[in-house]
Amino acid sequence: MAPLIVCEDLWKIYRIGDVEVQALRGVNLTIERGEFVAIMGTSGSGKSTLMNLLGCLDQPSRGRYQLDGLDVSTAKPDLLADLRNRQIGFVFQNFNLIPRTSALENAQLPLFYRGGSIKEQRRQAAAALQRVGLAGREQHYPAQLSGGQQQRVAIARALVGAPSILFADEPTGNLDTVSSREIMDILEQLNRDDGITIILVTHEPDIAAYASRELVMKDGQIVQDVRRAPHLSGVT
Amino acid sequence: MRLTSPVSPRLPMSAFVLLTVMTALRILSRNRLRAGLTMLGIVIGVGAVIAMVSIGQGARAAVQAQVASMGTNVIVIMPGSTTVSGVRGGQGGAVTLTINDATELKKRSPLLSDTGWAKRDVMQIVNGNRNWNGPVNGVSPSYLTIRDWSFTSGGPFTEADMESAARVALIGQTTLENLFDPGEEAMGATIRIKNVPFQIVGVLAPKGQSAQGTDQDDVMFIPFTTGERKVFGSQFLGSVGALFASTDQSADLPEAVEHIRETLRARHRLGPDQADDFTIRTQVDIGKVQESTSQTLTVMLFAIASVSLLVGGIGIMNILLVSVTERTKEIGVRMAVGAKRIHILTQFLIEAMTLSLFGGLIGVIVGIVGAQLTTLIAGWPTMISAEAILTAFLFSLAVGLFFGLYPANKAARLNPIEALRYE
Ligand SMILES: Nc1ncnc2c1ncn2[C@@H]1O[C@H](COP(=O)(O)OP(=O)(O)OP(=O)(O)O)[C@@H](O)[C@H]1O
Ligand SMILES: [Mg+2]
Repeated sequence: MAPLIVCEDLWKIYRIGDVEVQALRGVNLTIERGEFVAIMGTSGSGKSTLMNLLGCLDQPSRGRYQLDGLDVSTAKPDLLADLRNRQIGFVFQNFNLIPRTSALENAQLPLFYRGGSIKEQRRQAAAALQRVGLAGREQHYPAQLSGGQQQRVAIARALVGAPSILFADEPTGNLDTVSSREIMDILEQLNRDDGITIILVTHEPDIAAYASRELVMKDGQIVQDVRRAPHLSGVT
Repeated sequence: MRLTSPVSPRLPMSAFVLLTVMTALRILSRNRLRAGLTMLGIVIGVGAVIAMVSIGQGARAAVQAQVASMGTNVIVIMPGSTTVSGVRGGQGGAVTLTINDATELKKRSPLLSDTGWAKRDVMQIVNGNRNWNGPVNGVSPSYLTIRDWSFTSGGPFTEADMESAARVALIGQTTLENLFDPGEEAMGATIRIKNVPFQIVGVLAPKGQSAQGTDQDDVMFIPFTTGERKVFGSQFLGSVGALFASTDQSADLPEAVEHIRETLRARHRLGPDQADDFTIRTQVDIGKVQESTSQTLTVMLFAIASVSLLVGGIGIMNILLVSVTERTKEIGVRMAVGAKRIHILTQFLIEAMTLSLFGGLIGVIVGIVGAQLTTLIAGWPTMISAEAILTAFLFSLAVGLFFGLYPANKAARLNPIEALRYE
């Protein structure tokens, strides 16, 4: 069975006027199913750019990216959308919930685009909310929830479609330590119990400590790749 | 792990459409004032469409009813020529039409199924101590068939009544109401015209207004001969007020009119450079006047409708462009969780069409009220049909679809990353 993620010489080049920014400069990377990967590195080193490519939100300027044996570096937008819908879950630093829309409907969103009975979609969304400890908050709007709770809605939205990979770009960046711990515990549980591959970007070493593998990026390249024994809660 | 198959862009499912409509309603209800102002153009446009169609149809129905009340395939020939402006001149001056003309026409033209004649004057009619000044028509029995008069009681007078110049009369509804007390029996009653007693042998069924707006039921018919000898006091026996003819087929009307013209010109010894000394009219001409007036109004309403629908459409486009910009980040989020272009496109198209349909709905109400006010105030006949409402709905839907397409497409073509980054 092919690895889940295989990147070969991945480049991303932005052009603003005459200025060329090389956000990624030849990234080679292989990630197996069930890994928990933390990506660290200075600001501007290309972490988010890499995440977006891996998450099929964007496409590389050059190089090859195979997701689950499928070459997606040149895939059409609709195929990418379908991959994002079925294989991938996203958690963002700023939650990115749809405002003035209930927690339930936010969590339901991926299923909404997948189709099928509305009742079943609602049931699954409610189950996902329960999973992240938000049972009873289904009808709350994002503005009526704390930051940690909002991020948990976002996780519910990411996991509702039973994806293979969950991408989290600084998921605790806007949260206090207690909420951060709660979020990380949920992610760890999803990785351990459901076998969901987790790829996480963070600036904080104690968040990275949850992962079993740590990548460090610098100037658009991976400069360090360390595997280690899984995190034991209470390191901090 | 499931294998991903390249999924062809399916059409959005009904559940998706349903939820999207509900979302659209929620978003619009959040910005009621904005939505209302945006819809205004559509409201006016659709209102104008409804008013336009119902006035047009009302006018057509009225014309049809009037043509029917005139009798089918009727040709009216009146003395006097027609000037360029369409006004008859010389009427009542020279005596140009006679009973002989009518019998000759019947003989010469096989297309004419019947001919009749009439002469009318306004007379004082007396019943006991009540009297009424109204038109009295001396007519041939054939006139009654040609004009399609029917009876609520009694019946027409006969050729025998004509020959004997019998003193019998047929009475119209308006005349009856003015001469008799409610519930008083008119049939068989004796009334006096110019002091000559007449027995009422028939009560006419009502016909309503004519194309010229006169009350056709303010009428009384007596045999032509009786009128000529005992009531009107004509100088020339056999001269008539108007001739009437009919054909079996309406398609024969133009040819029959030509026959009549040729025959009458020959009989009246008119040279090639002399104008007709009579005027021929058919149901076609009679409808024209009414139609041209209602057409003017229709053209005006059409202009209002198109301009308002255009303005309304542009308003919808504008508000949607604003909405797409405001909700760029939301679009990015939707794309990130798997919305395809068709989903985003559909979402904004549905929003546009919800706006325009709501506008259309209010417009229909405005149109119906407007049409009814037109009837009430201007006395225009209007007719609100399901067809008009359907047309208006389709119009508003089309406007929403057409003007929503550009903003919706703009949203669907957003790059997910750029949309997510948008602040
Ligand atoms: N859309 C874009 N247009 C132009 N340049 C971009 C764009 N996106 C990213 N970049 C550039 O690419 C480089 C990498 O950016 P990226 O966002 O991946 O960094 P990062 O490692 O996630 O940083 P941070 O830790 O601050 O989030 C930066 O120099 C950035 O300016
Ligand atoms: Mg970043």
